[in-house]
Amino acid sequence: MKPHFKILASAAAALTLACAAPAALAADISGAGATFPYPIYAKWAEAYKAKTGIGLNYQSIGSGGGIAQIKAKTVTFGASDKPLSPGDLEGAGLTQFPTVIGGVVPVINVAGIKPGDMVLDGKTLADICLGNIKYWDDAAIKRLNPQLNLPHQAIAIVHRSDGSGTNFIFTDYLSKMNPQWASQVGAATSVQWPAGIGAKGNEGVAGNVKQTSGALGYVEYAYAKQNSLTYVRMINHDGVAVSPTAAAFQAASARTDWAHSKDFYVILTNQPGHDAWPISGATFILVYKNPPDAAAQKEALKFFQWAYQNGDSLAESLDYVPLPQSTKDAIFQSWKANITPASLP
Amino acid sequence: MADIAVTDTSLARTRITSLRRFGRSDARFRALTFLAALLVVAIFIGIMVALLRGAWPALSAFGWGFLTSTTWNPVTEKFGALPAIYGTLITSALAMIVAVPVGIGIAIFLTELCPRPLKRPIGIAIELLAGIPSIIYGIWGLFIFAPWFQQNLQPWLIDRLAGVPVLQDLFAGPPYGIGIFTAALILSIMVLPFITAVTRDVFETVPSALKESAYSLGCTKWEVLWHVILPFARTGIVGGAMLALGRALGETMAVTFVIGNATRIDSSLFAPGTTISAAIANEFTEAVGPLYTSSLIALGLILFVITFIVLAAAQLQLYILERRAGGRA
Repeated sequence: MKPHFKILASAAAALTLACAAPAALAADISGAGATFPYPIYAKWAEAYKAKTGIGLNYQSIGSGGGIAQIKAKTVTFGASDKPLSPGDLEGAGLTQFPTVIGGVVPVINVAGIKPGDMVLDGKTLADICLGNIKYWDDAAIKRLNPQLNLPHQAIAIVHRSDGSGTNFIFTDYLSKMNPQWASQVGAATSVQWPAGIGAKGNEGVAGNVKQTSGALGYVEYAYAKQNSLTYVRMINHDGVAVSPTAAAFQAASARTDWAHSKDFYVILTNQPGHDAWPISGATFILVYKNPPDAAAQKEALKFFQWAYQNGDSLAESLDYVPLPQSTKDAIFQSWKANITPASLP
Repeated sequence: MADIAVTDTSLARTRITSLRRFGRSDARFRALTFLAALLVVAIFIGIMVALLRGAWPALSAFGWGFLTSTTWNPVTEKFGALPAIYGTLITSALAMIVAVPVGIGIAIFLTELCPRPLKRPIGIAIELLAGIPSIIYGIWGLFIFAPWFQQNLQPWLIDRLAGVPVLQDLFAGPPYGIGIFTAALILSIMVLPFITAVTRDVFETVPSALKESAYSLGCTKWEVLWHVILPFARTGIVGGAMLALGRALGETMAVTFVIGNATRIDSSLFAPGTTISAAIANEFTEAVGPLYTSSLIALGLILFVITFIVLAAAQLQLYILERRAGGRA
C-alpha cells in the first residue's frame, strides 16, 4: 500500500508542476511558421533559455501558416521561407528580415557517376524538369560533361510533393534560368510539375532517388551532406562550376546588397560571385512595425539579436549557413528604421 | 424493476413520491443520453458548415469547373479537383477488389476450415495488422515494397501484358515502383483486417443448427459455404466492406508516401497520381493565399461528400438485401 501511495503522491506533484508550467510559459516568445529553419530555431532557443531563462514556443506549421498567424496577431513573430513582397508587407504593417541561409542541391542516381562528377547549368536543369530533355545522354548534358560516359537511360524526375521553401528556391532558380519554365510553371512553394513523381519531404526525395536508377531530384544542403548523396556541380552566374559547400552558400549572400534592397526582398538564386552556389535562399522572420504587444516583440527581437551575435557556430553545427556580418548590420539598421522604439531590444 | 414493497398503509404516499423520483431520474438520464446523441449531430453540422464556409471562395471562383478541371496550379491560382477525385476513387476501388475476396477467404478459413490450434494465432495476427499505424505502412511501402515491386513485379507485368489490348495501357511503364497501383496495394493490406474481423464475427453467428442440417442432407463444405453461410452473413460482409472502404477513401499518410503525388490523370495504373487526402496533407501547411487554402478545404468537402454518398449507398444496399431476403422468406 505504501509504495503505491508514494507513486500517487509523486504523480500528483508532477501534475501540479505540469499545471503550473503554462503560467511560467506566459513570458515565452511565441512564433510560428516555416519548418525548414525549425531545427536551428529550436537549438538557439535551448541555448538562449539556458542563458536568460526565456524560452521560445515555436510551432513549425509551415510558411503559409506562419504568415496567416502573424496576420491574425496570434503569435509575436511569423516565419516564412518565401519573403513577402514590399507591397504585401506594407499592406499588413509588417517588416521582415532573414535569419539563416540554406541551399538546394540537385542529386542524381546514374550508374558509375560519383558525387560532383556531373556538371549542369540552370537552363539544362530546367529543360530536364520540363521533360524537354528525356535521356541522360542528351546532347545538352553531354556538352557540359564531355569527360563522362553517359548511358542512354530515361531521366526519372523526383520532386518534393509537399509545399516547402525548398521547392520555392528551386523553382525560382529554374524560372530565372529558363523562360519556358517561368511562363509554363513559375515559382512557388508548390507548383504544377510537368513531369516526374512527387515524394514527401527530403527523406522521401532522397529515398526515391536512391531506389530509382536514372533519377534526378533535389534536397536541402544539410540533408545531402549528412547522407553523402551524389550531388551535381552547378554552373553559377559567373560561369564557374561550383560544388555545394557552406562557403559557396555564404558567397551567394556576400555580394548581395541587402542594405539597399527594400525589406530584404532578395531571393538568393543565381547571385553573382565567383564561388557563389546558384540555388541558395534565406529564410525570413515577419514582425509588426507597430506591434500590438510591444514588450513581447522586444523579447523576440532580443532573442534574434542574441542569435545573430552568438548563434553562428550552432547554425554551422546543423549545416545551416549563418548570414555575413554586413547583412546582420543591415538588419539591425532596418529594425531601427522600421520598428517602433518601444519594441527594440 | 424498482418497486417498493408496501408493508404499511402509511407508506403508500412514500411509494408514490419514490416512483415519481424514479421517473424524474429516468427523464434526466434520457435527456443526458439524448444530449450525447445530439452532440454528434451538432459536430457533424459544425464540420459541414465550417467546410462549406472555408470552401466557398474556391467554389464561387471556379463553380462546377472545380470538379471537372484537371489543372492544379498554385502559381496561377487555377485549381481543379478531378485528378485528386479520380485518384481517391481508383485507389479505393482497386484496394477493395483485392481486399474483399482475400478478407472473406481468410474469414472462411478461420471459422470453417482452420485447425483449432492455428485459429487464435492467425486471428491475433490479423487484428495486430489493424493496429499498425499508417505511417509505418507508408515507410514500409516506400522503402521495402516499392523497390521490390519496381525491380521484380512491375517490369514482368509490363513485358507480359505488352500487346494485350486494354491491359497494356493499364499496366504501361516506366516502372517507378510508386504510383496508383502501389498505393492501392498498400491500402488493400491496410483494410484487410477490417474486412476479415467483421466477416469472421458474422460467420461465427451462423447458427450451427443451420450448418449441421445442411451437412446432414449431404452438402459438401463448398455447398454449405455458398448456400448457407454466405447468404446468412451477407449484410455483415457488406457492412465490413463499407467500413474498409471508408478507411481507404480517407487514408492519408501511407498513400502520400507511395502514390507519387502528381496531379495528373494517366491511363496507366503504374503512373503517379494523387488523392484528395494526400493533396491536403502535402500542401496545406505551405498554402499561401486565400484561394489556395480555400481550394484545399474544398477538396476536403468533396471527400466528405464522397464518403457520405458511399455510406448512404451502403445503407441502401443493406436495405435492399434485407428486403429481398425478407420477401423470399
